Amino acid sequence: MRREINSRRPHLLTAYAILVYAFLYLPIIVVVVYSFNGSGVGGFPPSSWTFNWYTQVFADAPLWDAVLNSLIVAAIAVAISLALGLPAALALDRTQFPGKAAFRRLVLLPLILPGIITGLSLLMLFVAVGMKLSLVTITLGHGTALISVATTELFAGLQKLDRAQEEASLDLGANHWKTFWRVTLPNLRVSLIAAGLLIFTLSLDEIAVSFFLIGRDNTLPLEIWSRLRRGITPEINAISTLILLFSISTILIWYRLRTRSAHAREPVATMLPTALEGEPL
Amino acid sequence: MYSRAYKAAVAIPPVLWVTVFLLVPYAILFCYSFWSLSPQQVIVHSWNVQNYLQLIRNPIYLTVLFRSMRIAATVTLLALLLGYPLAYFVSFHAAKRRDLLYQLVIIPLWASYLVRGYAWKTILGSDGVLNGLLQYLHITQQPVEFFLYSPFAVVLTLTHIYTPFTFLPIYASLEHVPRNLMEASQDLGVSPWSTFRRVILPLSLPGVLAGATFAFVLTLGDFLAPLLVGGPSGIMISNIVVSLFGAAYNWPLGAAISLCLLLLVVGLLFATERLEKRLLPT
Amino acid sequence: MSFSFTHSSKQFPTPVPESLLSVRNAVKRFGTREVLRGISLDVAPGEFLTILGESGSGKTTLLRLIAGFEQLDGGEIWMAGERLDSLPPYRRPVNTVFQSYALFPHLPVFDNVAYGLHAKRVPKSEIPERVRGALEMVKMGEFAQAAPARLSGGQQQRVALARALINRPQVLLLDEPLSALDANLRRQMQVELKSLQREVGITFIFVTHDQEEAMALSDRIALLRAGLLEQVAGPREIYGKPFTAYAAAFIGQTNLLHAEVRDGVAQAGAIVWPYQGAAGRALFSLRPECIRLIAPGANTQATGGSATRFHGRILNQTFGGATDLLELDCGNSQILRARVPSPGPLSGDREFEFCGSDAVRVIGVSEA
Repeated sequence: MRREINSRRPHLLTAYAILVYAFLYLPIIVVVVYSFNGSGVGGFPPSSWTFNWYTQVFADAPLWDAVLNSLIVAAIAVAISLALGLPAALALDRTQFPGKAAFRRLVLLPLILPGIITGLSLLMLFVAVGMKLSLVTITLGHGTALISVATTELFAGLQKLDRAQEEASLDLGANHWKTFWRVTLPNLRVSLIAAGLLIFTLSLDEIAVSFFLIGRDNTLPLEIWSRLRRGITPEINAISTLILLFSISTILIWYRLRTRSAHAREPVATMLPTALEGEPL
Repeated sequence: MYSRAYKAAVAIPPVLWVTVFLLVPYAILFCYSFWSLSPQQVIVHSWNVQNYLQLIRNPIYLTVLFRSMRIAATVTLLALLLGYPLAYFVSFHAAKRRDLLYQLVIIPLWASYLVRGYAWKTILGSDGVLNGLLQYLHITQQPVEFFLYSPFAVVLTLTHIYTPFTFLPIYASLEHVPRNLMEASQDLGVSPWSTFRRVILPLSLPGVLAGATFAFVLTLGDFLAPLLVGGPSGIMISNIVVSLFGAAYNWPLGAAISLCLLLLVVGLLFATERLEKRLLPT
Repeated sequence: MSFSFTHSSKQFPTPVPESLLSVRNAVKRFGTREVLRGISLDVAPGEFLTILGESGSGKTTLLRLIAGFEQLDGGEIWMAGERLDSLPPYRRPVNTVFQSYALFPHLPVFDNVAYGLHAKRVPKSEIPERVRGALEMVKMGEFAQAAPARLSGGQQQRVALARALINRPQVLLLDEPLSALDANLRRQMQVELKSLQREVGITFIFVTHDQEEAMALSDRIALLRAGLLEQVAGPREIYGKPFTAYAAAFIGQTNLLHAEVRDGVAQAGAIVWPYQGAAGRALFSLRPECIRLIAPGANTQATGGSATRFHGRILNQTFGGATDLLELDCGNSQILRARVPSPGPLSGDREFEFCGSDAVRVIGVSEA
């Protein structure tokens, strides 16, 4: 049971905290507000209320092509990341083998490595093998970068698993493969969905790695980026608001999934230091 | 209990993928950094250290590198100054609203990077929201130029982006501080501020270290924010790399810089790990 | 009349002909720590054997080695003439009831119990019948469709039992299954477990740290201490004839007397009793219930013969219903505990005697 120590409200700290929240949300609010602004971007105060920009967005065909591309890439990236992240998590959680520490560090490296390095090195790989840049290369890049997210999430999920259940299954005559399908996987269901959601959202927004692997077709962030280079249009505010809406809802769902089944509240924050120090793994 | 077959089945696929898509690319990066560009713009596989020599000799690279590190350090510091008190507030003083307040921090974290960078662009521009507001309030007559396309803008944007990154690990480590330690400290006659200084702060240092490392490393390698809001004076080292792979076509040189960045990051991570082990000797 | 047993503290297990399960010199290490240091144990078919020990003694490790969740670092395990320890857990004719029950939360009770049958590809037509039978046996017949999360601890435990027994294992392993239950439920389950075992006739290997539970349930008790077997014997034997001071003190309560033996007499402090044995130091065990309080003014000849008598000053008296536990100062900084039928409040110096010639048992050469 939590006990709050100070019954006195710390006014200074509260005020500071409010300011920080304001700082964090200010740009977001500005974008949302100005997406309804009649005279478009900039200036103060916003002049008139309009849905024009949204209408423009929905009529913008190349944009939705890019959206479709992003969705396909994200879906496949989720599949790749989970398919590789799950065995990686199992290997890290359960087995010992020579080079395990190095393996752990390597798998988690993309979490903290700036995207430019991952992107560039993959670019060189594709050039070296003569693979043309396209959505395929982008997907491979996303998959690679996001395996670390999958591994971390699924590892946390495995830790919460009651090991005795798997032993019980083995004890009752089911071999490792059957135990995995009948006991481990069902218990990991929530973790898998949560990890999938997170990876999906991160892939949709991914730009640093994609920047170097782009071929003829754009993903959504790259499409927006190329438009930004040409100049700011008010339509971009509307697009941004829609994107915000989408990512916020998925993140909230992910958070609910993550904390719902936890016995102890285990904040996602442990993912980052875990990635750094690697120790708990 | 786990047979050889099981261990192989779980370890081999990810190891294979990671080898092909991480190790091999790094190796290629390594090789490229020792090759050079012929006058005909063809990459020549002759092994030399020209690229590295160029990095040291040509002052522009070091200048930009140091500027980047200054920006990264500033961003890290600001992000910590914003993130730590916030984490402390949410962890110790939020009571029932803790969950909600926590979610309010991770939302900006995972909401689009691009959107946030773009948002600052619209705010800071000469006909942006900030200038509009200042003129509206008659604080200024003319648009202020230096808000946008300056290192200031880059620092501001990246601080905004990476404050949640520092918040998370600090919050995690604060959550692990047993509440009864604080009670014991105050029971022994130590004031809340001293309790913070002598008990809580030391225990939260691993989180601070983790957050700082994240903010520093990711800022150092960031190239998008400078392109959005940095302008010519806000260029960072990664932008040089980007142009070397783009218009200023010189892959070997770009690879050399990238490799240095990679080694710097890995070195930092090792140093952080060591430091963390010393901080919490369990 | 003669206390001529002397044993070293490492004891050989009571040899049992045609043992079902045979552990030979089992060694298990975790890192640098040796948890099991060479255990040899034979388990008879149809017996209820309890592995008793404190936490850290290695009892759960031994169980897990038999189940197959750990690998031996040395020694062998045999069952019915075949090597057991080379088999993975799902091929051993052994089933486990886990301490946390480990029921599958995503399956209803029926499917939990049927799980092992599915794994062994028992024909589908047989399954409902056998599941019903197993559930009836543990008195959970009506709960076939219930979700495990909705069951109480005791109910979950019965389901876990059914799930294990339905597979007709040759040996059933139980890892402290009753430790999570409250006292009354625990006693009730002990009785049920015992009768269940007799009914089914399977060998039960039961792990616990509770010596009362061990004595109540077992045909034999294997007392484990720091990775070695201290003594293996039936409850009455291990209680009445403990081989070592540890066994004497762990099972039931006892007083340990470090005595000097000379010329057919043993003396510990102010207490003297006849003992035919080698001269020198020896260790004796005196159960508290073997000390009798002499009513003041009682006839010295009342007990007939030379019952050993001694004085003790009442330090403490703990009321216990039918009996009281007395703490006595017998001089020479010797503190004894006596369990006597409740005498009403006592104080001061009183006289006590051994209740018979076998009240005191020699354990071994005194290690003091």
